[in-house]
Amino acid sequence: MAAIEFEGKSYEVDEEGYLVDLTQWVPGLAQIMANDEDAVLTDAHWEVLNFLREYYEEYQIAPAVRVLTKAIGKKLGKDKGNSKYLYELFPYGPGKQACKYAGLPKPTGCV
Amino acid sequence: MADFETPEIKEFIGIPALQEGSMAHSSPFIAYTDHQEALGYPGELVENWQQVALDKMDDLRSRYRSFQVFLDSCVKCGACTDKCHYFLGTSDPKNMPVARQDLLRKVYRRYFTFAGKYFPKLVGAEDLTEAVLDDWYSYFHQCSQCRRCSVFCPYGIDTAEISMAAREIMDAVGKGQKYCNEIIGKVFTVGNNLGLPGKALANVLEGLEEDVEDDTGVAVKFPLDVKGADILLVTPSADFFAEPHIDGLIGYAKVFHETGASWTLSTTASEAGNFGMFIGSYENMRRVSMRIRDAAKELGVKRIIFGECGHAWRIAYSFLNTLVGPFDFLDQSYPIPQHILEYTWGELEKGTLRINKEENDHMTLTFHDSCNVARGSRMGDYPGGQFDYPRNVIKAVCNNYVDMDPKTTKEATFCCGGGGGLLTDDLMEIRVKGVLPRATALKSVVENEGVTHMAAICAICKSQFTKTLPYYGFTMDQIVSVHQLVSEALVMKGSEQEAELDGTDGDDTEE
Repeated sequence: MAAIEFEGKSYEVDEEGYLVDLTQWVPGLAQIMANDEDAVLTDAHWEVLNFLREYYEEYQIAPAVRVLTKAIGKKLGKDKGNSKYLYELFPYGPGKQACKYAGLPKPTGCV
Repeated sequence: MADFETPEIKEFIGIPALQEGSMAHSSPFIAYTDHQEALGYPGELVENWQQVALDKMDDLRSRYRSFQVFLDSCVKCGACTDKCHYFLGTSDPKNMPVARQDLLRKVYRRYFTFAGKYFPKLVGAEDLTEAVLDDWYSYFHQCSQCRRCSVFCPYGIDTAEISMAAREIMDAVGKGQKYCNEIIGKVFTVGNNLGLPGKALANVLEGLEEDVEDDTGVAVKFPLDVKGADILLVTPSADFFAEPHIDGLIGYAKVFHETGASWTLSTTASEAGNFGMFIGSYENMRRVSMRIRDAAKELGVKRIIFGECGHAWRIAYSFLNTLVGPFDFLDQSYPIPQHILEYTWGELEKGTLRINKEENDHMTLTFHDSCNVARGSRMGDYPGGQFDYPRNVIKAVCNNYVDMDPKTTKEATFCCGGGGGLLTDDLMEIRVKGVLPRATALKSVVENEGVTHMAAICAICKSQFTKTLPYYGFTMDQIVSVHQLVSEALVMKGSEQEAELDGTDGDDTEE
């Protein structure tokens, strides 16, 4: 399996670049993963990633799209509480791309 | 990410010029050892895999008479060749249903028929080699088991059953598909395909209660694990997570609320989907189904209703009683199980729901028949009910409705391109190419009839369309759930919408 090297440590990732051992996640990994997709993480991205981390710690899964948009809307204003805004930040899909950077498991199933 | 060419969308669905081997590179990720073992399969390719595969094939033909008949009866008439959406989208001749079947049939002939044993070349019989196994893995994961080809086959050969058997054989030798097998494992450990734990499910449902109350002023409940409720609703876990699925879930809840139904969801049976069917595994399909029976018993419900999920409804309608019946503990005066559309249409017919169709006037709808509902089940008590019920409900809540080309609807419907366990990112190319026939039919009604939105009743269809139709110039939000339309038009008693309509809200609204 592939691995990411970061600060002298090796992190195993799966075929799509998701972290295999989720407990290993450190914030610095997010930008390393984003580099592969030519993305530069800004504060706006980190607002989302931080929320994902908090939600995951409590519920052991990524939030539903609706839960995420509602939370972002509450925090950053109504104009940003929609999937359009999230797709601008994470064009490959907020659920999947953002989850990868934040070290969350990939949502599976009919989604 | 997308390093393939999106096919050109034309005015009509045409037969493409053949491009041999153009999809031979398409293969899904292989299941990990732990995914395999959790389902009772070997963790990796076993050493004597040829013998294991042939033994499994022998076992399957003795268990399923249909499988044997399908392998024997093809006369190569060619009626199926241009009926598969994956062939039409990829131009790869191995995606012609007959060619797909022959990948298995040639091995069957070699080892199980007289002619194939002694004169293999004369009858197209071939040895089971590693190259053949690789071909199986590739092309049996380019079949969504939608059964469109079988409608046109004069012998009724069902490629889906052959494809399911092939996957069962591959699982038996230790070469399973990651997407399906990982997900089935999650159903056993967490309770649903998504891996959504009970606490998270409760959080989603609470959030929805808040949202609906904010929108309507009515306290609509989304009950979870309520013992003694009348109805257990079993719905795809995507309904708790994805868009536009979740808008459909809101629709079910509003309908239940408005009709005064006592209902509940279950954390242990929080999934209608059953990928055991996709991998052709009776044992896994049964084990997944058992959760529903167990939950129904434990909660003491009288009825089971299924939400908008295509293959779940095929299993529910056609197989559930065989798999985990009898359901003699349920109220026998209702269909066992029942589809949410049967429930909603029944209530609309009775007149218990007040509808303001104008709420959906900004849209012109069309409807995508899901393959497993169209060709593997029924709604109501007459043939073809599964085509009428969704359309009846849409027309009852929307003023503007147009059907797509009849060659692409009802029993001739095209698969969305993501069914049968292919709804995974590692198969994006085949998914994008496979949606081409549906996209073509949709484009025609968009351009000629002013259609703006397409409604669907399957979680896979909804996800597949929102991800792949944008490759052809459509937008994600053009896909809607049928119960989302119901939700928009339903005027609940005591709601803000009711007050506004009746002019009793005290506001000076102009419109």
